[in-house]
Amino acid sequence: MKRALLFLPLIIFIGLGIFLYKGLSMDPSARDSALLNKPLPDFVLPRLDNADLKVSGEDLLGEVFLLNVWGSWCPTCYEEHDQLIRLAEEGVPVVGLNYKDERPKAFRYLAQQGNPYTLNLFEPDGVRALAFDLGVYGAPETFLIDKEGIVRYHLAGEITPQLVNATILPEVRKWQNAQ
Amino acid sequence: MDILYLPELGQFALILALVMACVQALLPLVGSMTRQPLWLAYAQPAAWAQFALLSVSLVFLGISFLVDDFSVAYVANNSNSALPWFYKLSAVWGAHEGSLLLWLWILAGWTFAVSFSRGLPAEVLARVLAVLGFVSIGMLLFVILTSNPFDRYLPRIPSDGADLNPLLQDPGLIFHPPLLYMGYVGFAVTFAFALASLWSGKLDTAWARWSRPWTSVAWAFLTCGIALGSWWAYYELGWGGWWFWDPVENASLLPWLLGTALMHSLAVTEKRGLFKSWTVLLAIATFSTSLMGFFLVRSGVLNSVHAFANDPDRGLFLLMLLGVTIGISLLVYALRVPTLKARASYSLISKDVFLLANNVILVVATLTVLLGTVYPLIMDALGLGKISVGPPYFNTLFVPLMLLLGVFMGLGPVSDWKSMRLDKLRKKIWLSGAISLLLGFILLPWVYDGSWSIWVALGLTLFFWVVTTSLRDIWEASRGKKGWRGISRSRWGMFGGHVGAALIVLGVTMVSNYGEERDVRMAIGEPVTIKGYEFTLIGLGEREGPNFSADTATIEMRDRNGRLHRTLTPEKRNYHVRGMPMTQVSIDWGPLKDIYVAMGEPLAEDAYAMRIHYKPFVRWIWWGAFIAGLAAILAVTDRRYKVRVPEESGVKS
Repeated sequence: MKRALLFLPLIIFIGLGIFLYKGLSMDPSARDSALLNKPLPDFVLPRLDNADLKVSGEDLLGEVFLLNVWGSWCPTCYEEHDQLIRLAEEGVPVVGLNYKDERPKAFRYLAQQGNPYTLNLFEPDGVRALAFDLGVYGAPETFLIDKEGIVRYHLAGEITPQLVNATILPEVRKWQNAQ
Repeated sequence: MDILYLPELGQFALILALVMACVQALLPLVGSMTRQPLWLAYAQPAAWAQFALLSVSLVFLGISFLVDDFSVAYVANNSNSALPWFYKLSAVWGAHEGSLLLWLWILAGWTFAVSFSRGLPAEVLARVLAVLGFVSIGMLLFVILTSNPFDRYLPRIPSDGADLNPLLQDPGLIFHPPLLYMGYVGFAVTFAFALASLWSGKLDTAWARWSRPWTSVAWAFLTCGIALGSWWAYYELGWGGWWFWDPVENASLLPWLLGTALMHSLAVTEKRGLFKSWTVLLAIATFSTSLMGFFLVRSGVLNSVHAFANDPDRGLFLLMLLGVTIGISLLVYALRVPTLKARASYSLISKDVFLLANNVILVVATLTVLLGTVYPLIMDALGLGKISVGPPYFNTLFVPLMLLLGVFMGLGPVSDWKSMRLDKLRKKIWLSGAISLLLGFILLPWVYDGSWSIWVALGLTLFFWVVTTSLRDIWEASRGKKGWRGISRSRWGMFGGHVGAALIVLGVTMVSNYGEERDVRMAIGEPVTIKGYEFTLIGLGEREGPNFSADTATIEMRDRNGRLHRTLTPEKRNYHVRGMPMTQVSIDWGPLKDIYVAMGEPLAEDAYAMRIHYKPFVRWIWWGAFIAGLAAILAVTDRRYKVRVPEESGVKS
């Protein structure tokens, strides 16, 4: 019995090894969204820069835009920030959804990193609104919304320069040109 | 000989090193099975040859960097002709392939050092070298088959290189990886000693005594390496943080926590002959977490700011390597570790039990960090979605564990082995307890800030508790026959280690609770007052570096009386080749506080957004770590490790 117990570390390690093996074949940033090709959920959220101004889903419709979920607490958001700035420079409207954050920290983040967002929504911890309905698990996540408000593309994880060139910009142009 | 053939020669040396590693691993194995002493004797020269060959390989890669041989893919990807020479050299370990070579070279270096250990029976030495040889074979195969640093771009040779990542162009990053690897790989020696003793079936206190100095040295390097990395993150990333609970940081913390537990558990095993099988398991687990960290960083299974270039083939190879190394060693452990209970007894109030508590807390902390790190992966593998685990999880669980650990850190040194009467313990600790509660819990938070918060009070209490109990222990030791000179170096080592840890607690407590960050608009000539200091932007300028151009700012910092305290010169650099902007912060540092200025965005012709951080006591986090590291080295120089002790002795009551 005592001897059997000594196999416990090995068993735990094998268990961990199986997950690591599965992890190899998974891309930590790829995930299918249940909302793909479905309309953006209804919401009313305050703006980050002005708590009194409320924004609803209707206000955003009419043009193709990216919805980027971010927070100053999220290390990967710092990583992908340059790509958001580049997208903004390419003329792609990027709407920010500041998630589980605090206003002063978010302001500091934008002051430090630059602000690529046309508009920022504020969904602090405890509020169950847009990010909740979108099924956001963490930050960063990015959604492409077309003119009709349909989610056309979803990325969980970092926006890399390769993704911008190979996927995001072509997708944006495709839906911008769609009738 | 044309210098241009150096990469091929380096590659050849690498392959010969693999051959030597095979000799070092297999001959002693066969020799010990067939009882051929001559075969055992092959291990030592093979280890020397392996070290020499890997040195050749590393030097040749270094020369390829120095002479800008951009036909070598690794050089072309990580260097540039405009890069200063010292960064060309440190670029050798600036990315995946070269850092692996450094890892291997350090492993060979440790093996080389072990091969000279005195007082080790020839058979034990041969077995230890054989285990190290097996580790080396695995990693050499990985380098040669998947990550060759000497691959060429032929026939089209790039005219210039892609430059070293600007984040890595920093003095801190010259030393951070070698120190860290010295630590990670150093635990391979303890691991080898543990497996060798399981192999021979002789798990005695001599084994613990042999392992202790190696463990302490490895721990010292790892501690300094982590501290240097944290310091680098603090001033180079420009956001003033010193720990982010990033998966890669966690990967370095796991072996550190287990290594700390191992150092203490080895002490119990050596002195009292207790917890043998537990200590062996810790020795295996410590090196296993080192290897696992290696896998997590380089396989791309986790999202991290440190991510190395990822390649699924490499990941699979590494995982197999991990599975074989850790799997076999845990299997050997399960099959061979003696289950006989130690005869030594101990009572509830004793150093033995306090050190056991230390071990339990550190292992729980390790599992906490491990779970937080791989949780996203597990959820993903189970199809439960992608999540990221952030600092709140770690802080909530880790901080209370460390507070609890601090209590035992104070009890350990002042308590007796085996058993102790409660009133004796009470006599030894009441003064420390009273001082800590009075100063740390009640007075100092008020004196420093005028307010009181539970976290500050707990942190400071712990700081005083650990320091005063350590002082009490060293004072008692000084009352022996030889007075202060009679105190052994290992006791001073323990003192330094614990005081270092207390200083880290002090630094973390103060900076987490009293640190402030302000974003300000600074225009030329308009003073801004923060924390009693007046900051005035004097001028904005530009300057050209060797491979970057920078916007510079000159800021005068005056104290309350208007006296010039310091001129700060933060920069914002743009590295030409990669087009990457970097903030270069300027820090007015001191023992009580850092004032940290980083440039943000330009707001107008003569105005800039600036971030000014006030970081009280932040330096003590790193100083504490360096003190603890040096203390561990000091403990190793204790004369009892130098004296040749016959194998049977070493058991004290």
